[in-house]
Amino acid sequence: MPDRIAPPAARTAAPRRIRVERLMGTVFSIDLRDSAVDDEFVDQAFRWLHEVDARFSPFKEASEITRLGRGTVTVEDCHPDVASVLALCEDLRGQTGGVFNAWRSRRDGRLDPSGVVKGWAVDRVARILERAGARNFCINAGGDVLARGEPFPGAPWRIGIRNPDDAETLAAVIQVTNLAVATSGSYERGAHIVDARTGRVPDDLRSLTVVGPSMTRADAYATVGFAMGLQGISWVASLPGYTTFAVTSDGRARYSDAFATLLA
Amino acid sequence: MPTRAAVALVATAVAVVLLFSFKTPAQARPRTPSADVAQATPTPIALPSDSPATTATPTPTPSGPTYKDGQFTGQDVLTRFGDVQVKVTITGGRIANVQGVQLPYDRQRSAEISQYAAPLLHDEVLQAQTAQVDSLSGATYTSDAYAQSVQAALDQAHA
Repeated sequence: MPDRIAPPAARTAAPRRIRVERLMGTVFSIDLRDSAVDDEFVDQAFRWLHEVDARFSPFKEASEITRLGRGTVTVEDCHPDVASVLALCEDLRGQTGGVFNAWRSRRDGRLDPSGVVKGWAVDRVARILERAGARNFCINAGGDVLARGEPFPGAPWRIGIRNPDDAETLAAVIQVTNLAVATSGSYERGAHIVDARTGRVPDDLRSLTVVGPSMTRADAYATVGFAMGLQGISWVASLPGYTTFAVTSDGRARYSDAFATLLA
Repeated sequence: MPTRAAVALVATAVAVVLLFSFKTPAQARPRTPSADVAQATPTPIALPSDSPATTATPTPTPSGPTYKDGQFTGQDVLTRFGDVQVKVTITGGRIANVQGVQLPYDRQRSAEISQYAAPLLHDEVLQAQTAQVDSLSGATYTSDAYAQSVQAALDQAHA
């Protein structure tokens, strides 16, 4: 276990419950700080996430997305969430000039809305928890983080952004409340992100982080911004409400002005 | 937790020489064999030159010398990336924050969005002093990789 990165020791007295489950090829953690909220709602959130995983996985033969991609079912045959997610994909395809394209994001040409599903699911889980009365929680979906409220009264959540070249050190620490933090990079799963317009694999960035109000959009913008390379930094910085931090291939950090205000 | 507002501005600055390099740590760069990396050497930034003393510290470490509290703005240094000037905030004898005051400007982007191109200053500061965080953002890891991740350690530490 690394000794350099640690949970805030002074806060260990605060009530917290953390649940961890494998989902969508990665691991989700829900850190809930509201002691009045029943565990049942966390169970409910995870049950719903497993349903989403089964429905949207492009790797599962029986998933609705796999069948839709093969043309054996239509959107109308699928759960209404499928239409919602595909509409979101279309929205992003337009907004990014085609850099994000759920139909062309994979080399094998399979339909893959994964660029938005994880973020979208996290936003929905936040709503499930909020309906149950939760106000202070942090969801970590394989490195994408949605932080709501405070870890304890008067303190923002402290989110570390991993150094892309060293898993046990950080490139930055930011303090956030009610914000989503998403990072894209090729250091964990290889060069799987491509610019759908050209099929090009980006190589001028090591990682790109996006911070903003929506996990859905932060996640998608991080994927797109990373695929755009250096231009992606300016592109994300131009989006209202979103800020960005990138580590370039030459080992420098580049970030927007608004991001600097979040630095711890 | 130090906040900028709470930090007293100290006029009689004890000069601290902050060494930093324009790259991530050497052991962290095996995958990008670029010329940039090889030639990057630590560049000292001298803080106010009219200060009485200078303490050179190769790398700030938790057990290293402590500094006088306050905010210190370094001299403008011309680097191959452009003009760089940083402000260091010292709280409780430790480096609490390093901010770019003047950093190379990216001419490609529109005028209304200012954007810094900065060395990974925070990285070095954070390695020198334990970084306490609630959660970690990074590129999506696999289920198997999670077990070895810092996030897993944080989740266990909290549970």
